[in-house]
Amino acid sequence: MSLLPFCEWLASTPGSIALHESLFMYPLVESVHVLTLCLFVGMTMMLDLRLTGLALRKVPVADVVSRLQPLMFLGFAIMVVSGVLLFYAIPIRSYHNIFFRVKVVFLILAGANALAFHRGIFRRVESWGRDTEPPSRARFAGFASLILWAVVIVTGRMIAYNWFDCDKPQPGWVQIATGCSYDAER
Amino acid sequence: MDLLPLFQWCEESGLGRTVRESVWAFAVIESVHLLALATMGGAVLLVDMRMLNLGMRQRPVAELAAEAQPFQNAALIVLIISGLGLFTSEAVKCYYSVPFSVKMAALFVAIIYTYTIRRRFAYSGGDGGTTRMAVALVSVALWFTVAASGRWIGFSG
Repeated sequence: MSLLPFCEWLASTPGSIALHESLFMYPLVESVHVLTLCLFVGMTMMLDLRLTGLALRKVPVADVVSRLQPLMFLGFAIMVVSGVLLFYAIPIRSYHNIFFRVKVVFLILAGANALAFHRGIFRRVESWGRDTEPPSRARFAGFASLILWAVVIVTGRMIAYNWFDCDKPQPGWVQIATGCSYDAER
Repeated sequence: MDLLPLFQWCEESGLGRTVRESVWAFAVIESVHLLALATMGGAVLLVDMRMLNLGMRQRPVAELAAEAQPFQNAALIVLIISGLGLFTSEAVKCYYSVPFSVKMAALFVAIIYTYTIRRRFAYSGGDGGTTRMAVALVSVALWFTVAASGRWIGFSG
């Protein structure tokens, strides 16, 4: 099954074409997406640094979470809305873009890591939240989050480059990873 | 005084040539620039939000400022070094770019402001009320201008 037909339909909708061809809307949405990095990843990073024991060591973890979470959620909401709009403007190219695909995988991993942290060691935060050095599972969640979000940022930035686009000759593994060969055979 | 020759010299410098002629260099440096942006944003917003009474009210501002300081300093250094790499690869374009001029002016003001006025208010004890909130708002506005006009360099010309 290929999601290409869906992307092709999406690309043919008037809103997608308008956003794609607009002089200012697309750059504006893109700017919002990039600047919200400060709010969302910035706040996430501060929490991660607390979990790893690298910063805010004297602040109880529960306080950091409860205070930063509203800002993180706000940033995340802006990220999702602006990110969906960016995909909506350029669906087919994004779908085949190798960096976009890697980014989606790491987004899922980052989400799974956050979920595992909240469902796991964070439930017992009363017992360790005041330690300057949190337990290893919390430190792991913090380090994993820092690395996963960094990969999301880097691959997200790389989507702009056309090195691996379908319209160029590509090595076999790129053909497979981008789905170019699969969709060309349809 | 015309600065065009300086910008041309930057573009023709070894660093400028290397970044421009490499397939990967610009993209990699740009990514580092973005990672540092997120770090800087976190460190600056953490303190500004606290000064605006929006987060971690039970912690003194000075304590948060001291915690955020090393990350802010490190991020700023990485931003400036990576920014120089990006700039030299297309210095002449930047010379004619309005967003670039706006960014440099805002950056100049933001750095001085952050390490003088904002620093003094962040480290002074007590609850500062409206003055301190205004200081934080100006900080957010200045850094927002730097980031927004920076992003716009890529869209223009």
